[in-house]
Amino acid sequence: MSTVMRAEGLGKKYRRRWALSDCTLDVPAGKVVGLVGPNGAGKTTLLNLAVGLLPPTTGSIEVLGGRPADGPEQLARVGFVAQDTPTYAGLTVDEHLRLGAHLNPQWDDAVARDRIDRLGVDPGQRAGRLSGGQRAQLALTLGIAKRPELLILDEPVASLDPLARREFLQDLMEAVAEHELSVILSSHLVSDLERVCDHLIVLVDSRVQVAGDIETLLSTHHLLTGARRDPHTLPGDQQVISASHTDRQSSLLVRSEAPVLDPSWTVTELGLEDLVLAYMSGSKTVDRGRRAALEVLR
Amino acid sequence: MIWLTWRQFRVQAIVVYAALVALAIALALTGGQLADAYRDSAATFLDQIGADRSDQTLYTVGVAVAYAVPAVIGAFWGAPMVARELEAGTHRLVWTQSVTRNRWLATKLGLGMLGAASAGGVAGLAMTWWSKPIDSAVNAGQDSTGTIFDLARLDPAMFGARGIAPIGYAAFAFALGVLAGAVLRRTVPAMAVTLVIYVLIQVAMPFWVRPYLVEPVKTTVAITADNLHGIMGRGPDGPIDRLDVGSELPGAWSLSDHTVDASGAKASSIPTWVTDCLLPPQKDNAEGRADQQACFDRLADQGYRQQVTYQPASHYWALQWRETGVMVTVGLLLVALAFWRLRRLS
Repeated sequence: MSTVMRAEGLGKKYRRRWALSDCTLDVPAGKVVGLVGPNGAGKTTLLNLAVGLLPPTTGSIEVLGGRPADGPEQLARVGFVAQDTPTYAGLTVDEHLRLGAHLNPQWDDAVARDRIDRLGVDPGQRAGRLSGGQRAQLALTLGIAKRPELLILDEPVASLDPLARREFLQDLMEAVAEHELSVILSSHLVSDLERVCDHLIVLVDSRVQVAGDIETLLSTHHLLTGARRDPHTLPGDQQVISASHTDRQSSLLVRSEAPVLDPSWTVTELGLEDLVLAYMSGSKTVDRGRRAALEVLR
Repeated sequence: MIWLTWRQFRVQAIVVYAALVALAIALALTGGQLADAYRDSAATFLDQIGADRSDQTLYTVGVAVAYAVPAVIGAFWGAPMVARELEAGTHRLVWTQSVTRNRWLATKLGLGMLGAASAGGVAGLAMTWWSKPIDSAVNAGQDSTGTIFDLARLDPAMFGARGIAPIGYAAFAFALGVLAGAVLRRTVPAMAVTLVIYVLIQVAMPFWVRPYLVEPVKTTVAITADNLHGIMGRGPDGPIDRLDVGSELPGAWSLSDHTVDASGAKASSIPTWVTDCLLPPQKDNAEGRADQQACFDRLADQGYRQQVTYQPASHYWALQWRETGVMVTVGLLLVALAFWRLRRLS
């Protein structure tokens, strides 16, 4: 299987507001995929659609070739760690593991017990009394010991302090290497994803702005600086993502498969964070450009 | 799934069953004496126990518990079952394990329903067994005016706390609680709504449903010195509103009791001279009684009779079965709605 998730024209509407619209995606298998975007961009909606917690309003979504949550077999193949890593406050850590064992046919109890041991959490402790980091680890343990083919995590580190964040992600990566999982992981912070992901989806304003392997993304995006110049005079294969101008200078972020050879530009390599930020502010730049044009006409 | 359901549900289940076991023990310890007392002196049984405060208290508590069990089950078992998961966000944990959410709800509802129906059954049947001598005495025509023992088991105040009706009410209240929780998504409002609707249904049933579950008996009787209990009028010389005639049989539940005129329709006015039919104590002599008889004869000649509609004591079990059937059916309907609602939750 080369695709873990395929969406076509996928959209979700809550009452009047579209939380996700016209989402077409092909997420390759065997990767750690980062889903990044500002708060409210539709990340949680997309992931909830992928695990079948939500039904789509338009379009279709396929996960591992099946319809999300379509029967116990499909549920068993996809692990999910929901936003805020919910656990039963009144149940002990040990009871959570029993819950996992009772509700999942492929449950790997040895893996679960081993992880809890390594975390140094008392199995008799109620989940409601665990720290945020420990609770996230417990939720991750449930997701991993289920032995899914694909593990989906919705902002698992959002509420953790930097140290717990690092430990959680490190731990996740070890589990991924050990069990050969595909992973989709969302965050609003690029820095969280940069270290662990090899594929990225940028979601802004309920739309997918860009998706691809991080290496490819970095090699096809260039920051150009040079004398002030109208972006429309660029060659056709160079797509402008964002542009800023001073009186004498222009700096453009362009996407281009071919290297930029024009000697009038200084070409700089991009960091992932700059790239994502450019896409996040990209839609606003277009708006600003349009407004400027209107002012000129008037 | 059964393990998880039991784990989340055991505290509430144990509390309800502990209360029921305590009631059952109290009833079991005293029920034997009650039956013995009835066997020894059946004719004066109600007067005898009417003087006993502890029997009265136990009877009252038993009735209260039998009415409270479905309410508690609806509010504390049913309402939190889905609502608490939605509030805590744990539905996102449990619905993404390898169990479909339909099976999740089916297991919870199945176990809950079983527990609710059994709890209702224990309460209703324990009360039935304990109250058997009281019901026999009431149905034989004894009364114990002013005490709770005066009420027949068909009386609206008693009907839902005895027999198999509590099974139907418990199943209904449980399903109602689950649905309220799934719709409102919050535990406390769901509990409140469940309680309010349960009480409204308990109050509405004897008015609008129970009288029609079995065809009531309708009879017309002559008004005589023996059966006329009282006259309801406005002021000494004002119009007469109605005559109170004790014409139904012992243990029966009276649905309507009114005077009809010669045409057979409900009498729009009752002649004011009917007050003469009541015998003042100072005229309790042969002459007075002759006047009284003349008065009743005059009433009969003019065509006034009393029409009584009632459910006789013999309809008790037919009414119990049908009311239980109604409540179970409504409960299953609410369950179907809960499954429909479940698909829309996230």
